Amino acid sequence: MSAPVLECHDLTRHHPGGVQALRGVSLRVWPGDFVAVVGPSGSGKSTLLQLIGALDRPTAGEVVLAGRDLARLSDRALSRLRAETIGFVFQQFHLSPLMTACDNVAEGLLYSGVRHGERRRRAAAALARLGLEDRLHHRPQALSGGERQRVAIARALMGEPAVILADEPTGNLDSVNGQLVVEILRELTADGTAVVVVTHDHELAARMGRRIELRDGLVVHEAGSGRQ
Amino acid sequence: MSLLRPTDVLRLASRGLRGHPLRFLLSAAGIAIGVAAMVAVTGITQTSRVDLEEQLAKLGTNLLTVVPSDDMNGEPTRLPATAVTMVGNISPVTDISGVGELDSVGAYRSPYVPSGQTSSVVVTAVDPSLINTLRARTAQGHWFTAANEDYPTVVLGSAAATRLGVDAPGTRLWLGRQWAVVIGILAPVDLASEIDPMVMLPTPAAHTYFDYDGTTTGLYLRSIESQVHAVSDVIPQTASPQQPGQVAVSRPSDALAAKVTADNALNRLLVALAAIGLLVGGIGVSNTMIIASIERRSEIGMRRALGATRLDIATQFLAESMLMATSGGVLGVIAGYTVTAYYARAQGVSPALPLWVGLTAILITAGVGSIAGLYPAARASRQAPVAALAAL
Repeated sequence: MSAPVLECHDLTRHHPGGVQALRGVSLRVWPGDFVAVVGPSGSGKSTLLQLIGALDRPTAGEVVLAGRDLARLSDRALSRLRAETIGFVFQQFHLSPLMTACDNVAEGLLYSGVRHGERRRRAAAALARLGLEDRLHHRPQALSGGERQRVAIARALMGEPAVILADEPTGNLDSVNGQLVVEILRELTADGTAVVVVTHDHELAARMGRRIELRDGLVVHEAGSGRQ
Repeated sequence: MSLLRPTDVLRLASRGLRGHPLRFLLSAAGIAIGVAAMVAVTGITQTSRVDLEEQLAKLGTNLLTVVPSDDMNGEPTRLPATAVTMVGNISPVTDISGVGELDSVGAYRSPYVPSGQTSSVVVTAVDPSLINTLRARTAQGHWFTAANEDYPTVVLGSAAATRLGVDAPGTRLWLGRQWAVVIGILAPVDLASEIDPMVMLPTPAAHTYFDYDGTTTGLYLRSIESQVHAVSDVIPQTASPQQPGQVAVSRPSDALAAKVTADNALNRLLVALAAIGLLVGGIGVSNTMIIASIERRSEIGMRRALGATRLDIATQFLAESMLMATSGGVLGVIAGYTVTAYYARAQGVSPALPLWVGLTAILITAGVGSIAGLYPAARASRQAPVAALAAL
């Protein structure tokens, strides 16, 4: 049995103004897990994603990602960790309208010291893996919503991350494309990548391996098997 | 260390600017206007200065002019007939020529013109060496030679030719009691414009035909360059031992040299004004970059999520600011050189604007861009990475 790729203990996060976004959340994610974090607005699920994605630091508690305690890492080391270990997928896609799909995906390795030509070569491969080989030179505005999210997923895959964190990845998609994206994310878990999806869509969450339900900054329900 | 390569930084910066082309162009234009003004001012003053210096070099700065000043009653005086020889004996003096106005003589196109309608020309006896001393040249015809200096022949100054309506040598002029043939017309004399309205008669002929007594109303002399001051100090006593106070010595090239200096002072003022323009342009760039750092919160957050360090973000914004300012600088330099070229062509001189002026101007704009970008870059890099998700 392998070690968890992501572990957090008793995470709390207080925002200025006395808002307690998280009030003690513990979580373990193993390689190949497909985890849904569900909950209504304000339940703290986005805060949890920011903390485990090393985008923010907890008020108390610890996050251990790929064996490294985030609290001990400098801002620069956190940036490296994000580049090498985590792939982010956003609801808003965050694709540049000035670049082709291929160049957008290549940005995924921009901060990893890989040369431009090599980045584009790998980007083309990643797009092909997601069935977008005929969309390499299209700009995002020429793509459908589902295609755009697949481009964003391809970008997240570029650094061969251990964990993919997706923030409402289907929030801007119709149900057909939403299902397609979920299936793509599920396929990624097959080779050991852990995928954590934040969503308020219970129907979507029901199709994932594990569901963690948050309410008012606490885990209120957990279902499904964690270990693979 | 940042893992961003210089080419990646350049690519990021140019893409960032292409995102808002109009904003980029307007901000760059602010810089371009300041730089164009700076380069054009430098180019124009440099061009006219080089032109002046060439003139100075051509005319020489060792010419001295000696004129008698008015006496106590305000009556014009003349230098004694011995003055030319005496001053010529000062050893550093290399060339000397005297001129003596013939007060009672007028020049007319015909004997029927009433005397007194002198057309504002001055009939003057001149030493035939005058043309060499002044380094003047004839526009038409010839100067006096040993063959004709004893005969009633005249050379006209450029203004005298115009006033008398003489446009070619060969014309005869009536000098009150004697016809004289115009054998040449001088080009305007740069360092001695008082020559221009003269109708010049060679001294030997003036003696013969007009009873010229040899007293002079002006001496033109060249001395060894390093001795010019020493020579000018002893001229009054030498030229007029009895009335040294009535001798004024001047160095005509001083006026040109003063013009160069005055141009320099004006140049500095204009460059300072242009620098203020550049400063305003820099503030415009800074302003644009601050707006960008606010607008692009989610892009910054997304880049942090992809692994960008704070330094990477700061580098990107600083590079955008520098690229914006430098693009403006390049445009401004091109405009400045163009203006200088047009000016030079209009003045009929060759443009003088060394390459280093343009290169320095571009370097300065890169500096302005980096200073203008410091605060926006710092601001962008302090942006919390969570902004990528904040859109939720």
